[in-house]
Amino acid sequence: MKVCARISVIVLVGITLNACKREQRRFRETPPSATASNAIVMSTLQPGPSVVETGVRNPYEDNAYAVAEGKRLFDQMNCSGCHSHGGGGIGPPLTDDEWIYGSDPENIFSTIVEGRPNGMPSFRGKIPNYQVWELVAYVRALGGLQGKAVRTTRDDHMMFKESEQARDKGHPSPTFVPPTSVKQ
Amino acid sequence: MMATRCRVQLGTAARFTLPVFALTMSACSGFQSALDPKGPRAAEVARLHWTLTAIATAVYIIVIGALVYALWRASTREPFIDEHQYHENPDQAGVMKRGVIIGVTATAIILGVFLVLSVSTGSAVATVRGDKPLRIDVVGHQWWWEVNYDDPIPQNQVKTANEIHVPVGRSVLLKMRSSDVIHSFWAPNLSGKKDLIPGHETVTWFRADTAGVYRGQCAEFCGYQHAKMAFYIVAEPRVDFEHWLDQQRGPAPKATDSLTQTGERVFLSGACAMCHTIGGTGAGGNIGPDLTHLASRRTIAAGTLPMTTGNLAGWILDPQSIKPGTKMPPTQLDPQSLQALLAYLGSLK
Amino acid sequence: MAYSQSLPMRDDVPEPPPFITAEVENDVRAKLSATWKEKSGFYGWLTSTNHKSIAKRYLVTAIIFFILGGLEAGMMRAQLSRPENRFIGPDLYNQIFTMHGSTMMFLFAVPVMEAVGLYLVPLMIGARNVAFPRLNALGYWMYLFGGLLLYGAFFFNTGPDAGWFSYVPLSGPAYSPGKRIDIWAQMITFTEIAALIGAVEIVTTIFKLRAPGMSLNRIPLFVWGQLITAFMIIFALPAIVVSSTMLATDRLIDTHFFNPAEGGDALLWQHLFWFFGHPEVYIIFIPALGMVSSVVETFTQRRIFGYPAMLLSMVSTAFLGFGLWVHHMFATPLPQLGQSFFTAASSAISIPSGVQIFCCIATIWSGRPRFTASFMFVLGFFFLFIIGGLTGVMIASVPYDLQVHDTFFIVAHFHYVLLGGAVFPLWAGFYLWFPKLTGRMLSERLGKWNFWLFFIGMNVTFFPMHILGLMGMPRRVYTYLPEMGWGPLNLLSSVGAVFIVASVLVFLSNVFRSLRFGAPAGENPWNAPTLEWATTSPPPAYNHLFIPVVEGRDPLWDAAPGELSVVSGLRTDRHEGLVTSIMDAIPERRYEFKKETILPLLLAIFGGGCIAIAIFTPWGVTVGAIMALIVLVGWFWPTISPDHDTPVARARR
Repeated sequence: MKVCARISVIVLVGITLNACKREQRRFRETPPSATASNAIVMSTLQPGPSVVETGVRNPYEDNAYAVAEGKRLFDQMNCSGCHSHGGGGIGPPLTDDEWIYGSDPENIFSTIVEGRPNGMPSFRGKIPNYQVWELVAYVRALGGLQGKAVRTTRDDHMMFKESEQARDKGHPSPTFVPPTSVKQ
Repeated sequence: MMATRCRVQLGTAARFTLPVFALTMSACSGFQSALDPKGPRAAEVARLHWTLTAIATAVYIIVIGALVYALWRASTREPFIDEHQYHENPDQAGVMKRGVIIGVTATAIILGVFLVLSVSTGSAVATVRGDKPLRIDVVGHQWWWEVNYDDPIPQNQVKTANEIHVPVGRSVLLKMRSSDVIHSFWAPNLSGKKDLIPGHETVTWFRADTAGVYRGQCAEFCGYQHAKMAFYIVAEPRVDFEHWLDQQRGPAPKATDSLTQTGERVFLSGACAMCHTIGGTGAGGNIGPDLTHLASRRTIAAGTLPMTTGNLAGWILDPQSIKPGTKMPPTQLDPQSLQALLAYLGSLK
Repeated sequence: MAYSQSLPMRDDVPEPPPFITAEVENDVRAKLSATWKEKSGFYGWLTSTNHKSIAKRYLVTAIIFFILGGLEAGMMRAQLSRPENRFIGPDLYNQIFTMHGSTMMFLFAVPVMEAVGLYLVPLMIGARNVAFPRLNALGYWMYLFGGLLLYGAFFFNTGPDAGWFSYVPLSGPAYSPGKRIDIWAQMITFTEIAALIGAVEIVTTIFKLRAPGMSLNRIPLFVWGQLITAFMIIFALPAIVVSSTMLATDRLIDTHFFNPAEGGDALLWQHLFWFFGHPEVYIIFIPALGMVSSVVETFTQRRIFGYPAMLLSMVSTAFLGFGLWVHHMFATPLPQLGQSFFTAASSAISIPSGVQIFCCIATIWSGRPRFTASFMFVLGFFFLFIIGGLTGVMIASVPYDLQVHDTFFIVAHFHYVLLGGAVFPLWAGFYLWFPKLTGRMLSERLGKWNFWLFFIGMNVTFFPMHILGLMGMPRRVYTYLPEMGWGPLNLLSSVGAVFIVASVLVFLSNVFRSLRFGAPAGENPWNAPTLEWATTSPPPAYNHLFIPVVEGRDPLWDAAPGELSVVSGLRTDRHEGLVTSIMDAIPERRYEFKKETILPLLLAIFGGGCIAIAIFTPWGVTVGAIMALIVLVGWFWPTISPDHDTPVARARR
């Protein structure tokens, strides 16, 4: 009985903390947590002792409002122009398990802010950092990498794909394959 | 004892009425007031208001008077003495029956009068007065108003935000849509409200008979900043209106001196151009309001702040502290860039 | 009337004597007390199926929700007392006004009226319990769990924030991220199930368990009010069942009920919601009318004048109430001709209310009023409800409504009709029936303080809102600009709220003091006419020692003092009651009420768990349904006791 009570307390605390994070609405970010792009690295090779932990955290991981805002920004900043609501077109699809430049939040942040070879524009200075983090949260949701309760559901448009909440959990491939040059 | 209590109740009622009456009158003048009509639609409704209020007050006084009379009369009768006390006696039954029937008949008649007044007012306000109304399209966004002046010639169409200029004495027909959630267009000095519902096109009309600036506000709960989603209707003489429209049709004034040119560069190279349009420049974002003639408007942020350089600066740097939850993000600018940008935006008349 | 002949008599029971001797009384009392004794302890509390215990729980829970809703209102008034106030930001304010509306409408108003009904109706009609005691318990648990779900969510920042009416598309999947609205939609499911259960109880109990002789035209008006309300609940609640479920599925499993791009419509929500929402306010108001009748009769010591007219006006209010819903949608693009129809209906509904008011005034005129706290609350009802009714007729007019819709004018209107028309009668009923519930009298002095503080507070808070609405202040705004000039009246409103808080504190202190130190109440301290006053205060678990036989509308006034005809011969070794016919209450057969069981709580846990888990995954519906099915199998497991009095059992003997 006591064990039962303890377990249920832990479960309740877990649910509530998750609920706290999921339902937060943060309208203003204090500057330090809204930036921090210097610590992101793209290679695991480093001189001297390797620093594995980048120390960069997406403040919006597991936040439903941020994922919804990210969805709004995805449409309004015309990401769909190349990525077509996640299905890909000119740009690669975002709903599959292949993440060319990595699926961790700091990798996606870097992709958006710096741009990437082969056509991804750089949005540095065009979108404030906290909105980039919201986009990061949404892109991860597109890939099935956010909790089900946090992902957005259908929007009020014509339904052209299953909603982010309906899809299965994503399993990003652990290594990325750099794009090979076109063979003659 | 009972009679004293009744008198006390009446006295209290009298003491209430005077301040209440005075307060009621305070709604009479003033902007965004339904009781200060400046156009025929609002005027009809204001007239209806006073008629209905007068009838309702009279009815209330009569019914409460009957109640107070009944209490007083019953309190001053002999107490019950025998077991037949619980039944009414036949005379009393007759009086009561007559009283109730008169009351109900009077109620029905008054309601009939209300209905006739209501339907006739409704017909009077429904039909657009005059022909060739000015046609304006309004699109509701969270939390601002997109205003488009319709014209068969495309280059004569005007796109602005949160401020509607109309000529005095000419009817204006508004076709309204919503881009996201339900909003409601309401300028009480001019007309009743009409909802903007996604998936439907709604129509309303008004006519301003007096020149002036009239404030309106969104009247259907639409999210975090529903409270600060206002707009202004500027009714001006026809000549002034045509002059304004011509000015709005042109592109943005060119940046001439170095400060404004720097400001234009800041606008185009930064985040601003991602969401806003300035006609005649490379900024073509259509997520936020059109800023082509920003400096000609009286307010910013959907009627929240008067258009001044200081307010504009505060809004650009941190809109979230003025309208928490709004879609516009804070923009980090160093002081020189900010001053240049403000100079440029201030030149967009 | 030859009642004894209509009931098949058993051979082994002797012919009842014409007068009940003290010996027989004591014997029956002892046996009934033993049979109907409720189990003690926490398990006994969990398994109780006695309607009075359950109704008292409903009452206490509803009053707690009233206080919580009131605190939310207090926070709103604090925020709005000054322009550009920074006490509460927009996100929290949106949650608070949504919680205030949802609490008051779903967790307080309807449950409290049902609670009073569930307590008093069996007593007033001479039944021993409600028709389905276990279902009654289930209703309470569902209500409690729904309220706990909503408030638990609110305390973890997951309270709904799109208004108690939750219009789509704002509350839809695209514009309300997270689980806030899902919590709201499922809270609706809990409370609507509880309301429907209460309604089914009331209807069946009133139709089939009345005392012999209490034909339909002898039922007290309070009971009629409850019956009519129960029918309204049965017809109105399904609309919100459907719409909240549609909203939940739109948000969870990608349906498109409210998506215009895929064939849905945002207006569909409004129609469905208000088809429920308008009758909802009459569901709250009609029981209050019943209470007013009881209080007026008792404190003027006069039968209510115009019983048939009072009854028919309640019935017509109920019918007309279903034809008014579009008056909430006058600003939408619906055809003008259709809207005018709703104007006519909305105006017409004030005629039956007028009948009620005039008949009450007539009764007062012909009687001997006693200005107890209870009666003063009824007088307050007249003063306030009529104001609300008159503004209601004004806003029934389409052009007028288009100016004041969604402004504080409407807030003023509905608070006058809800507070004046439902809460004041509720308080009047509370002061009337508290002695019966607890066996103690409430303090009249504190009661009058309660009344005056609330009356003054209500007027000071809500009257200025009429003016604010006409001055252009919309509803549901977390702040307003200083140059609008709305500051002074808002401040006045907020000051009035302080009086209201004081009044509720006085009420609570009155209750707590009286529970301990109040003067003991006898059986009938007010000399009231209806049957609940024919038993001890508080009533024993079995309600009446013997089921009374009724010969008129006011049984205790019709019978000679000390001589009330009763039914004898009901069994005392099990929970037995008398089933009578619907129209004339001729006895038909005996009926056994189900005793205490843990099944209602179990069903509420499984069914409730199913509903709560459905917020996160549709699998909750499947799993929960299976578990609920198992419990229901236990619930409906047939039990035939060997001495059950049916022809089959008799043949078997």
